[in-house]
Amino acid sequence: MSTPRTYQTEAIVIKKTKLKEADRILTLYTPHLGKIQAVARGVRRPRSKLSGHLELITHSLVSLARGRNLDTVTGGQTITSFLTVKNDLWLTSCALYVTELVNQFTADHIENEGLFRLLLETMKQLCQAGDKELTLRYFELHLLHKVGYQPQLRKCVACRAQLKPTTNSFSPNLGGMLCPDCSPNQPTSYPVSVNAQKVLRLFQNSDDSVIDRLKIDAGLSREIESVMSRYIQYLLEREVKSAAWLDALREETRRATAG
Amino acid sequence: MNDNLTPDKDAINQLIHEFNKLPGIGPKSAQRVTYFLMRASEEEARLLAEAIFSLKQNIRLCSVCCNVTESDPCPTCRNDGRERSQICIVEQPQDILALEHTGIYKGLYHVLHGAISPTEGVGADDVRIRELLDRLQDDSVKEVILATNTTLEGEQTALYLNRLIAPLGIRVTRLARGLPFGTELEYADDVTLTRAIEGRQEF
Ligand SMILES: [Zn+2]
Ligand SMILES: [Zn+2]
Repeated sequence: MSTPRTYQTEAIVIKKTKLKEADRILTLYTPHLGKIQAVARGVRRPRSKLSGHLELITHSLVSLARGRNLDTVTGGQTITSFLTVKNDLWLTSCALYVTELVNQFTADHIENEGLFRLLLETMKQLCQAGDKELTLRYFELHLLHKVGYQPQLRKCVACRAQLKPTTNSFSPNLGGMLCPDCSPNQPTSYPVSVNAQKVLRLFQNSDDSVIDRLKIDAGLSREIESVMSRYIQYLLEREVKSAAWLDALREETRRATAG
Repeated sequence: MNDNLTPDKDAINQLIHEFNKLPGIGPKSAQRVTYFLMRASEEEARLLAEAIFSLKQNIRLCSVCCNVTESDPCPTCRNDGRERSQICIVEQPQDILALEHTGIYKGLYHVLHGAISPTEGVGADDVRIRELLDRLQDDSVKEVILATNTTLEGEQTALYLNRLIAPLGIRVTRLARGLPFGTELEYADDVTLTRAIEGRQEF
């Protein structure tokens, strides 16, 4: 049996690259085909019927035709446009960070439906009211779980002892927490407060309704952000580009509210 | 050996290769242009070569609006007939050509040379926003028109600029984002349609 020449899939556009004058290469995240790249012709022209349906952070039903190297997009119909996100600078930046992480942590053509659902749910969360920092932390933890890097937060990763409610350390290279006895042997580990450990463990073991129920102060939020970003940077062996932009926006907001 | 009848094969291939890099020129067109030039007079070839060279020699950025220009400030910034209280912000110099072609806008411009694109590592300091803010220091500017693209990056840049400029007490407007001329409604995407409905006007 030969594979059909054309196919259709639900997808979220997670990256786009310019190709020649009017074309783009799109990176699509799909429920059953994983991450795929496809050429979208003419989408940078104003008359293009497809461009709005294939913009970044858009959930669409996409039709594709198989090609020798890359498949070609032949149709697109928006399912969810996430307009609330697109109308807001901070939310757009959060969404770009989320798509960048999905892109960095995945390889082409590996099905991961759970990750697709997580991505979609995170976009929907971003459209709702509430603390978006927590939405991002929840996403990061569950993304790591879905790509096989779930951090160990209950037991010491060196001596396997149950962690006590005290300041323990996180070791990126061992992928989890260390008890106070083991942490001196791991110079790359960094301390994590009791409250930060509680929030991380709660996120790891809950569904996303927990995000709305939780209220944490700015200091704790920053600590958790830093714990996660150091681990993610270690795993990717590079900076997450959009994280620098998020930091710049956070900093500007802090300065604006302070003065 | 090289004479006019059997030109150096490498020179031909190299020129084809160079033309092929240009936008809109595929391998076939690159060949056609190269063979056309081979038959052209030496004078014609020299004029073309000089025009290309002088482009790189003489073109710089206007110290006011950052548009590409041969004289600084550029003709638009020097033109007393232009409305000096309006600045229209665009991503690329080519966008000015498109807007000027309509003949409807009489104000000044500012070219950002890009758009904020966090995932590509392009932040606010990588486009010419600081130059713009310097221009807004004196009180002559009353309106800033955001004419960045309606792509996600262009929209994000517009949102960011609005956040910076609105607190200065300057009116910030955005080009209307609706249906492009010549489109059929059924193919329009949700974002475009929503904005077209929100931005509807008295007929
Ligand atoms: Zn231990
Ligand atoms: Zn100028």
